Amino acid sequence: MAYEKRLDGRKINETRPMEAKAGVIPNADGSAFFKIGATAAYAAVYGPKEMVPRFLQDPKEGQIRCHYNMLPFSGSGERIRPGNKRRSQEISMVLKAALKPVVDLTDFPNSVVDIHVEFPQTDAGSRCAAVCAASIALADAGIPMKDMISSIAVGQVDGTVVADLNYNEEAYDAIVSDIPVAMTNNSKQITLLQMDGEISKEDLMTSLEMAKEVCEEIYIVQKNALKDKYKLPEGFVAKKPKTNVEKSNDKVTEEKSKPETESSNEKSKEDKEKQ
Amino acid sequence: MINNTKTIIQLASEGKRLDNRGLLDYRQPIKIETSISKSAEGSAKVTIGDTVVLAGVKMSLEKPYSDSPNEGGIMVNAELIPLSSSEYEPGPPGIKAVELARVTDRGIRESHAIDFKKLCIEKGEKAWFVIIDIVPLNDAGNLFDAAGLAALAALKETRLRPIDEKTGAVDYKGTTDTPLPLLKETLSVTVGKVGNHLMVDPTVEEESSFSARLTVATDKTGTISALQKGGDEPMTIEEVGQIVDIALDKAKFLRSIMDECFKNKK
Repeated sequence: MAYEKRLDGRKINETRPMEAKAGVIPNADGSAFFKIGATAAYAAVYGPKEMVPRFLQDPKEGQIRCHYNMLPFSGSGERIRPGNKRRSQEISMVLKAALKPVVDLTDFPNSVVDIHVEFPQTDAGSRCAAVCAASIALADAGIPMKDMISSIAVGQVDGTVVADLNYNEEAYDAIVSDIPVAMTNNSKQITLLQMDGEISKEDLMTSLEMAKEVCEEIYIVQKNALKDKYKLPEGFVAKKPKTNVEKSNDKVTEEKSKPETESSNEKSKEDKEKQ
Repeated sequence: MINNTKTIIQLASEGKRLDNRGLLDYRQPIKIETSISKSAEGSAKVTIGDTVVLAGVKMSLEKPYSDSPNEGGIMVNAELIPLSSSEYEPGPPGIKAVELARVTDRGIRESHAIDFKKLCIEKGEKAWFVIIDIVPLNDAGNLFDAAGLAALAALKETRLRPIDEKTGAVDYKGTTDTPLPLLKETLSVTVGKVGNHLMVDPTVEEESSFSARLTVATDKTGTISALQKGGDEPMTIEEVGQIVDIALDKAKFLRSIMDECFKNKK
């Protein structure tokens, strides 16, 4: 039987509800919280800072380091023993590869930017959430970037191509494939691509097209998170900058004879109008 | 990091602090949020000023220890993750994390806050073990008090998982309404000594100016269940008395915030 209705009632190209916030960790140079369904990620960016040990320094450009970790209570089953595992090492590596193409650290030779991603809870799609959170955190840290990265898992569940598989879909008792994809927003290039399961070439192409559309939606969530952080508080009225109009007015009355003051007065008036 | 130790000591002698607080004031806001992780059996996020700490409880079925065959157990683990501060590096827990975990552990264990006998399912064979994991999201000082609050809030919110009758294993997908058998609610308050003055809720900078500190875990009745002295300098008996008085008073204050949080929840 084909997979016609999704287990949680979503449309085939509909993501789980998303939530994003920038600047959640005051200690970090940039940080973000990204939640999609029951998968939640915190990302923090520290740097650029000097790379130590020094033999790892690159005099041509700065480097990035990624560190992906699931907190011990974030798994759906038993407690996860803390410590480096092969899985988190590999995801840290693909995470770095996904972000590297857009990060431009040529102005920061011998430096390193550390990106840490931690999960308080997970329900499939954690590496994609990590990419999304890290991308917001990098932008929040003011790291020079050529583009933003958005990421989503697409795939095929029993013959139907769907976006943003949750755990129950990944574990669905049929032929399933899971394809995490990360894409640059402007140039629509793929920076992360993995897949496991079974899929035909046609379905793969359909999946990637779907990922492209969905990434556009995620990008809006990411952008809004960044905009929200730098939004002026409600009812905020900008103080008018003090110009020297009043001062020069006094001067004019005092020294009417001097034409220079007149002209500077007019100039500052013009400036004020422009503002 | 540059530390204004001299300034902090001098200000303390005038009863002042760098952020304009009184010596015995906690930072604001103090917030306790529960159910921050659906994967955990109980979880909480505690904010004290800029300090944010997460605690998550996982329950597992284990064979009881041979010296207490009819009791479950508790384990507290803390990880000072590099996400929370530029001072921390990845790797196995260092001494600071171990101390944080052990002080929080003793506060709960030694006060007999959990009725471990009720956690036993089959004598000598099977019992529930409570594992609390503590992680700071942002370390801006006073992790001890924040961790104590987070651990207690997570324990209060914990609901046991059902046990699969056929296999006898934990069904981590199911949920029950059974809370943990909590007998007491222990909270810890850390008081630091700066020069000859006592101070609560330090920032990272103030913490490193402490010549000594004492963490005091107490329950509602004022019974002390755990103490931990830290720092290089000694402390007089009178000072210990003063510190315990402050800790009892501040524990009352933190308890009122905790009660408020759980009242709103119900």
